Amino acid sequence: MSSHDVLGRTEGGDLRLAGLTKRYGSFTAVDDLSLTIPQGSFFALLGASGCGKTTTLRMVSGLEDPTVGQIFLGEQEVTDLKPYRRPVNTVFQNYALFPHLDIFENVAFGLRRRGVKDVKKAVTDMLDLVELGHLAKRKPTQLSGGQQQRIALARALINQPQVLLLDEPLGALDLKLRRQMQIELKRIQTEVGLTFVHVTHDQEEAMTMADTIAVMNHGRIEQLGSPADLYENPTTTFVANFLGQSNLIPASVEGEKDGIVSVSAHGQQLKVDAKRCRSTSGKIILGVRPEKVQVATDRGEVPDGYNALVGGKVVDTSFIGVSTQYLVQMPSGEELSVFEQNTGRAIQRPGAEVVVYWDPSQGFGLEGSQDIEAGAEADEEAAA
Amino acid sequence: MATQTIAAPASAGAPKERRKSPLAWAKQHVLLVVTFLVFVFMLLPNAVILWMSFNSPAGKFNYTWNKFSLDAWKNPCSNSTMCHSIGLSLEIGVVATIIATILGTMIAFAMVRHRFKARSGINALLFLPMAAPEVVMGATLAALFFNTIGPGGMGFWTITIAHVMFCISYVVVTVKSRLAGMDPTLERAAQDLYATPTQTFMKVTLPLVAPGIGAAALLAFAISIDDYIITVFTAGNSETFPMYIFGSVQRAYPAQIDVIGSLMLLGTMAVIAVSQVLNQMRAARKK
Repeated sequence: MSSHDVLGRTEGGDLRLAGLTKRYGSFTAVDDLSLTIPQGSFFALLGASGCGKTTTLRMVSGLEDPTVGQIFLGEQEVTDLKPYRRPVNTVFQNYALFPHLDIFENVAFGLRRRGVKDVKKAVTDMLDLVELGHLAKRKPTQLSGGQQQRIALARALINQPQVLLLDEPLGALDLKLRRQMQIELKRIQTEVGLTFVHVTHDQEEAMTMADTIAVMNHGRIEQLGSPADLYENPTTTFVANFLGQSNLIPASVEGEKDGIVSVSAHGQQLKVDAKRCRSTSGKIILGVRPEKVQVATDRGEVPDGYNALVGGKVVDTSFIGVSTQYLVQMPSGEELSVFEQNTGRAIQRPGAEVVVYWDPSQGFGLEGSQDIEAGAEADEEAAA
Repeated sequence: MATQTIAAPASAGAPKERRKSPLAWAKQHVLLVVTFLVFVFMLLPNAVILWMSFNSPAGKFNYTWNKFSLDAWKNPCSNSTMCHSIGLSLEIGVVATIIATILGTMIAFAMVRHRFKARSGINALLFLPMAAPEVVMGATLAALFFNTIGPGGMGFWTITIAHVMFCISYVVVTVKSRLAGMDPTLERAAQDLYATPTQTFMKVTLPLVAPGIGAAALLAFAISIDDYIITVFTAGNSETFPMYIFGSVQRAYPAQIDVIGSLMLLGTMAVIAVSQVLNQMRAARKK
């Protein structure tokens, strides 16, 4: 599906952004962004509102001109190409279906503009792909949100673009429908094999669908990698807080031996894998995900070699069913989150004195000079 | 009727058994009664015109009922001056509407889509013809035409220019509101789907704004066809239909005026009825 000659284009290729910058007056929306998105991949740009992800998308589609930088599709530079000359199509956030045209004509729009005479079969096939063939004669306003979303997708896909851009495509749908569409989108992407670039503020959406995620913050890419990579190995406090939750503890490095870094935090000795540390000297921030931490009432319960912090006190217990979430206050006043799976262990009530412990190989170390709260607010905003 | 459903809850709360006096019934249907009275108030003059068009007036003035006759309907143009004035009014109306709609639509696009220096100034200027007293506008225009082309040249074109001037304001306001309510992403979507700027305009923008342009044109035509004050000042020796009626009140008022009035009324109602029926047929076909 990668070679199309309707627009006289060559064999598809990777989407490459080189030093892409967009300024509005003194505000820099996208800051020197360089990125290669391999052909056929499902790529997500994830970030809070105002991080520059939508601006990046619009520069790729041609609806916005970059201040500096270049955009390549395979070998071809498209930076100065008008939007209607680019082999790129967009699924807009509000769908932007043409209200005066019926569903058939909406889907046929791109083909007709390119002078394709016989569109009937292509449109029918495309409507079948999104399972809405029976609605061809309806007007967009007569469709539900989920149906409109699929039509918007069909209208873009029918042109077999080299890159399909999705701008918060599921933002307007309710939770249940969003889950269903996530699976659907992933199915369609696998089926047609096109490059999908997906912009979202919803981390779960990005993690479910994308092969590769770029977390954006202030017009720059904070970290790029597979969903598992980003989650297990965040490189900044922003990523650690924005993608899921993290317990971040300020610590200072005491020494390194056999690939294990010893640190001290709250006057207690802890260990962390050197390979999972961005910095192995001076002040660092030790991080661990809440679900990797467990609580015990006695120091003796902690397995050998595990990191343990003593002197904690449970201040909040929420029993969810599949898990129990604790908020444990350390003597220093810092609060740690613990998500403990329901394995039948006794539930600790608020006020209980506990030891928190985790496997040192599951922790990670970050540069100590960063804002420890970075990304936490952005995450809340995105979740709202 | 909507009025009945609104009034219904009031009657539902009243005791059912007791026989109601007409006054009690009216109390419970205040909205219905008021609506009915308003309709009577608005439609009565039209009914009188229709009724009087079948009169055979005793003298020069068709003001009092004499006896039933179809003469006026059979010979609506027995008075050639009147029919000539109708022709002139229609010509001016059509020409002024076309020019004002084209110019006004372009101004509306410029005002909504672009931010330029003179924008607020132009906004104020456009509002002026709607706000300024017509007498003042008419008198100034008379002075202008008098001093430029002279009284001999005044007629069809001077009236048309004056009508275009005030019609533009209404066109701009109507088209602007339609344009402002249009989602700008639709045009971006069209471009994204390989439509050139011209194609985007013809296939997306224009069809979406067309209802607004159509409404603006109808409004312009309606305002032009019945304008009297400004027309009098700019007409020279020409006479439009409103001017003819105004004059006939002093000379002679034939039943034909009521015939024309009735025709205009019935014509308008027919257009509305046909469009309603078409809409319903279209809606029914969709289902």
